[in-house]
Amino acid sequence: MWALGLAVAASRTFDVLLLGLVIGVAALMVAARRPVAPWAMSFRLYLWLGAVVVVIRVLFGVLLGGASTGTVVLDLPQVPLPSWADGIRLLGPVTWESLQRSFAVGLQLAALIICVGAANSLANPRRLLKSLPPALYEVGAAVVVALTLFPQLAESIGRVRRARRLRGDTGRNTRALRAVVIPVMEDALERSMRLAASMDARGYGRKGSASRGSRTLSGALLLVGLMGVCVGVYATADLTAPRLLAAPVLVSGFAVAGVGFWLSGRTVGHTRYRPDPWHGWEWFTAGCGVVAAAAFFGSYELDALTLAGLVVAALPALVTPEPTSPYAALHATAAVPAAAGVAA
Amino acid sequence: MIAIEGVTFSYDGAARPVLRDVDLHVEEGELVVVTGPTGAGKSSLLGLLNGLVPYFTGGHLEGTVTVGGLRTQDHQPRELAATVGWVGQDPLAGFVTDTVEEELAYGMEQLGVDPQAMRRRVEETLDLLGIADLRGRSLRSLSGGQQQRVAIGSVLTMHPPVLVLDEPTSALDPTSAEDVLATLARLVHDLGTTVVLAEHRLERVVPFADVVAYVGTDGSVVAGAPASVLATSPVVPPLVDLGRFAGWEPLPLTVREARRASTTLRKALSDAPPPTSSRQRGWDGGLLTARGVAVRYGPLHAVRKVDLDLPAGSVTALMGRNGSGKSTLLWALQGSGERHGGDVRVLGDDPATLSRKDARRRVGLVPQTASDLLYLESVTAECAASDAEADTAEGTCAALLTRLAGPIDPATNPRDLSEGQKLALVLAVQLTAAPQVVLLDEPTRGLDYTAKTALAEVLRGLAREGGAVLVATHDVEFVAEVADRAAVMAQGELIASGDVRQVLATSPAFAPQVAKVLGQPWLTLRDVREALEDRS
Repeated sequence: MWALGLAVAASRTFDVLLLGLVIGVAALMVAARRPVAPWAMSFRLYLWLGAVVVVIRVLFGVLLGGASTGTVVLDLPQVPLPSWADGIRLLGPVTWESLQRSFAVGLQLAALIICVGAANSLANPRRLLKSLPPALYEVGAAVVVALTLFPQLAESIGRVRRARRLRGDTGRNTRALRAVVIPVMEDALERSMRLAASMDARGYGRKGSASRGSRTLSGALLLVGLMGVCVGVYATADLTAPRLLAAPVLVSGFAVAGVGFWLSGRTVGHTRYRPDPWHGWEWFTAGCGVVAAAAFFGSYELDALTLAGLVVAALPALVTPEPTSPYAALHATAAVPAAAGVAA
Repeated sequence: MIAIEGVTFSYDGAARPVLRDVDLHVEEGELVVVTGPTGAGKSSLLGLLNGLVPYFTGGHLEGTVTVGGLRTQDHQPRELAATVGWVGQDPLAGFVTDTVEEELAYGMEQLGVDPQAMRRRVEETLDLLGIADLRGRSLRSLSGGQQQRVAIGSVLTMHPPVLVLDEPTSALDPTSAEDVLATLARLVHDLGTTVVLAEHRLERVVPFADVVAYVGTDGSVVAGAPASVLATSPVVPPLVDLGRFAGWEPLPLTVREARRASTTLRKALSDAPPPTSSRQRGWDGGLLTARGVAVRYGPLHAVRKVDLDLPAGSVTALMGRNGSGKSTLLWALQGSGERHGGDVRVLGDDPATLSRKDARRRVGLVPQTASDLLYLESVTAECAASDAEADTAEGTCAALLTRLAGPIDPATNPRDLSEGQKLALVLAVQLTAAPQVVLLDEPTRGLDYTAKTALAEVLRGLAREGGAVLVATHDVEFVAEVADRAAVMAQGELIASGDVRQVLATSPAFAPQVAKVLGQPWLTLRDVREALEDRS
């Protein structure tokens, strides 16, 4: 929730310095409150992904050219294109302004990715499932299983690469890539089949007591509502869309989906074991994210308001209590070198 | 409770059925052990019981399966969840949540059990399985035996009258395996649960079993009282083998029974020369010498100051609890794994400082998940690649493979091979580089008795040719069969090392069955047979 707020904030600005600060805040949060858990290790990967996005965006900026006005930094010969490709320019002079712009756009995307990454490495995806409305439970479970695939993949890749060294193969060519990818894919596929079998055998997806008609109705309501929410979010984010599409559609979408949730939630056939209530600190953290997003709605540039928003966003990193984690035992007891052995 | 009537099952595209004309009736409160060679359809038989076969796997099913009055043809696995608790082969892969408590509650959440009842059942199950102190722990941080018990608990909370387990002890050390089996025996006796489990290593489960069902390679199933099925079954634990050899009647199934039956045999053996065995001789120096090897993962000392010698011409077994540092030690010895202290010498060089190609010419390692090394579409391609990697003559690897596993269709995809054949292929790939020292990590997992005997023969062969072999394993009977020397690890330290007879026979946890019956120097039936033949 907090990260979502920050991400919204990032999408509202093109100011390089500000984006840098947003990334910094996300990184600070992760560094300060990262739990000892397997999913927490993925943040570095997200940072890399962000960097790659920036580089690619800048390269595209150079390759396809852009605004031809401004200070020329590097004069590349323009590749003549047939007339049907009018409007697209290959190479050509690279201007400082266009470089700057593509860098900013790339950085914005990167900031979004990093915010999502922060959420992914901070929050236990399974705990997220507990906060979902009951109607979304089954979809949510599928999403969570998909999310946990990522850290498992990382572990699997590490293991296979280590095994490759045993064959004396240190090559970096495509063959070596294949030698890693195929066993990893096989492993992932097998693992997900096993998980699916286990979930099926334990009653996942049992039919509730709902009648056919009411299920269709609630399903339709949910679908329409969620579509409304999507359109609304898009319209809010895209400043050129008609304003009518933004707030009203967003609100009514939420309303319709809410009714759908309530309807299907009433007939859901499963229960929750020790539901996970939000305590003060959870609300505080989420609130800080919302405040940051709100501050960025007020202004797009680096000024007192946005800075204040960022400071608020960084607050949880410093004041919230240390997370307690079931994974703390992972590092404390001697019972786990098996896991460590696989991981290393 | 369970009725399988006239069932024939075949997977899509398979030439012949996995199970053929199976009739099996299981009464309430019975413990059924399903056994048979690898790939004979044990898992398929178990899957039939809760409908995973054929709903999940696909395939064609004839006949009817009825569990607790419900026909699996009419009910999906999820609808049967409250009737049949099914625990798959790898408990970690089947966990849906991430802490012990939530995992126990997961099934009940799906059934819609009232929260209050849920809370109570979780507590009861924690106590029943003796895992109450693990309640808040993450599932990944548990040892193998603990994970297996949580997996059992996670289906027990649904109060199923039938419990189905696929090889629950295959990855566990002897002590954890006994814990899990004792838990199952307790469920059968105290709660009247019907338990069906598949198992390769019969030596531990047979004493608990009411019925043994033997699945043959042709898909037929023979079921009956343990003594009568095992008297004719080709797959038997060493104890039964000993009983058959000595002609005991009725066939003993527990060490206690065997000890009482064995008085005459023991008297006969006391005059016989002790098994000096052809393998026991002075070792001339180590091919591989390790001094003070240490490996750390963060604050955790996975291996501390281990000294180990692997003499030429010997097979050494490395034993110890799950997570005692065996795998880490093997990787450190090969030179690919990390090492934070100490010194390893193979023929004068440290394998960690050599290039990877040179290192594997001295030390070859077969990792725990052997299939990590395989990536090509056919056995031929895999062999050709490995010849190229090792810079050896073409056909070296293929020749080795034929020697290890007999003829294998060269066009087969390595993924379709049986566990034993896969292991043989990886071993062949590693042996192509002609290493002097061969390390194997848990090679017997998922192998039946026949495949294990074949593997033991291969490893003995390597030692005879002057190599040194180190095998990390939990399988005591396999160690008794193959090893000259044994080393035991605990908490990263080497706590015992020396001649296999001394190390194994003196420890209650690691003693093989024959030693438990006949006392110290006798480890295997072969020892006994040779001693008696010498005398006569």
